[in-house]
Amino acid sequence: MEFTTRVSRRAVMAGMAAGFAASSIPAFGQSGQPPVRIGMGIALSGGLAAFGKSALLAMQIWAEDQNAKGGLLGRKVELVYYDDQSNPATVPGIYAKLIDVDKVDLVISGYATNQIVAAMPTVMQKKKVFLTLFGLAANDKFNYDRYFQMQPNGPDAQAEFSKGFLQTAMTMNPKPQTIALVGGDAEFPAIALAGARDNAKALGLKVVFDRTYPPNTIEFASVVRAMKATNPDIVFVASYPPDSAGMVRAVREVGLDTVKMFGGGMIGLQSAALKSQLGASLNGVVAYDLYAPESTMKFPGVEDFLVRYRKEADKQGVDPLGFYIAPLAYAELQILGQAVEATKSLDDAKLADYIKATAFKTIAGDIKFGKRGEWAEPRILWVQYQGVAGNDIAQFKEAGKQVILYPDTFKSGTLKYPFSAASK
Amino acid sequence: MNFSWDLLLNAVTSGIMLGGFYAAVAVGITIAFGMLDIVNIAHPAFMVLGAFLAFLSINTLGIDPFLSALGFAAIAFVFGRYFYRAYYHFFERRGDDSLQGLAFFFGIMFIVEISLVLIFGVDYRLIDLPYLATTYEIGIVQIPLRLAAPCLAGVAMLVAIQFYLSRTFTGRAILAVAQDLEAVRFVGADPIRTKEIAFGIAMASAIVAGVLLIIIQSVEPSIGREFIGRAFAICVLGGMTSLPGTLLAAMILGIAETMTSTFFGPSWSPAVAFGLLLLTLAFKPSGLLGR
Repeated sequence: MEFTTRVSRRAVMAGMAAGFAASSIPAFGQSGQPPVRIGMGIALSGGLAAFGKSALLAMQIWAEDQNAKGGLLGRKVELVYYDDQSNPATVPGIYAKLIDVDKVDLVISGYATNQIVAAMPTVMQKKKVFLTLFGLAANDKFNYDRYFQMQPNGPDAQAEFSKGFLQTAMTMNPKPQTIALVGGDAEFPAIALAGARDNAKALGLKVVFDRTYPPNTIEFASVVRAMKATNPDIVFVASYPPDSAGMVRAVREVGLDTVKMFGGGMIGLQSAALKSQLGASLNGVVAYDLYAPESTMKFPGVEDFLVRYRKEADKQGVDPLGFYIAPLAYAELQILGQAVEATKSLDDAKLADYIKATAFKTIAGDIKFGKRGEWAEPRILWVQYQGVAGNDIAQFKEAGKQVILYPDTFKSGTLKYPFSAASK
Repeated sequence: MNFSWDLLLNAVTSGIMLGGFYAAVAVGITIAFGMLDIVNIAHPAFMVLGAFLAFLSINTLGIDPFLSALGFAAIAFVFGRYFYRAYYHFFERRGDDSLQGLAFFFGIMFIVEISLVLIFGVDYRLIDLPYLATTYEIGIVQIPLRLAAPCLAGVAMLVAIQFYLSRTFTGRAILAVAQDLEAVRFVGADPIRTKEIAFGIAMASAIVAGVLLIIIQSVEPSIGREFIGRAFAICVLGGMTSLPGTLLAAMILGIAETMTSTFFGPSWSPAVAFGLLLLTLAFKPSGLLGR
């Protein structure tokens, strides 16, 4: 089923009023030109749908904003999207349809690495410029020169992802000597663990446990016990949402008395649902994130965006905090829109050249792309949950609950350790 | 491989607790697929429906999930009876119950999933009961109540169903339906009504299993698909029509998973579990306790 963006009646009225008030703003309804169609496959059902829907809402807000400003090149903007069901197998067909049948002008990716990798052959064959949402080192093998990725992993994404976690661990006194690595059998955890292995080696850490588990694992206590038996100083986990929750609960049940720091690339802990459901169990966990409401991260426009996002998210039952993916999804289309306006073109080659050469101002901060379309400067945050009490979601909107430990530019607090003490 | 008695005993204990939950998931499949010959591929989707109903009841009415499970099971039993009646009318009666029936249940699975997405959204949901946060330690063995309570509830449900099937006239009629549909008519039982009741029980068990699932792990609308393979494997391994067989198979699968996970790495768990299934079927094609 094809979906297109529905602009609310209120937004249409606001747009019409603006049109009457400022006759210089082009009225694309009268121009007779077809809309600029931006196509994507995105997870609206299945395991990745929580973030997929959140991203889509942010993009719809951008489309509404852009249309209120007169669209792109004087043409209305329309999002064309299909539910990839969180299943990478559906993705090649979706992009073939978007490009060959729907004849969209531009394509962007859905969420996340597995989906991006599945779309790449089709997108590359058609030579489309491809802005992607949260792909971990997805272009490392393809080396596609029209690929631009929105997760701030930096040019060496595989190594960069776990770098902040390990560098934070090395600030402990005494320094850790051993590490346990554990993650799911899937694309993202495999890449995250490979990077962590290299980083651990470079820092002289001995890997005492290195195992993966199948995606449908229910019982994590066995994994945690086997890991605990190897007596690691620090534990790095790369997991998807249900596993992240399972792992945190198993850790609480088994207990990690001798571990100094626990956490990792645990997807799902960024979502409001798991934050509120796990509540105080999160205390002490050091997790990767992309945005936290700390005083060090007040980018122009982001707070206004979050207010609007939350209002709509409440109605749609989408992630009510919107910290993780929404600002970057909005920024992704800001970049694409700025490139179209600047080049006055929808030509993929011209757009790619412009995006490569330009530093963009967005609600997620300044963004410049570097090698392989990754951010020129990495900005993966490592936050530690501190002082979480009960399960009230409102507490996560305040500063001080997700203290930023890394990078130094955005640092807002200090690491509490060992893990057992930080958990209180 | 790090071996210690601590790891071994805890792996076996975890496996038993996991097995108890697997038994709750598979008991409905054993009844529908094993006894009634209905490939209810939507069974895990109804299980997820049960999980969301429990989530709704505790968050809106404050009703304990174990208590709400009883109420939901009663409603599901009645619904299951009507559901089977519709299935019988449109498919089984006309002899279209193989491929069309399978397609029908696939369709039902998607309808349930999409309905849950529309009503509850796509976020992961979890029930964290404060009284299940305790982990008991008996010597070196840890027993987290979060896993132990669903295990006990699952086993209790299976034992109650087995008791009903073996001790009541209708229950015995259900077992007879599994063996010879025509012969059931000769002893004065209505096979369609009997199957209706059996399907109602299977549906009720799916709802209860869902309530147990959301206590154990976080749940989203499509997570039921993860259990299709496992539940059918347990049914086949147990012997298709045998509930004690289902319990035994669920325990073996649970223990095999946790032992493999502890000593050889969790990635090997599915391979070992399904390897056991293949080996059993190679030497005993009727399953562990099948006739």
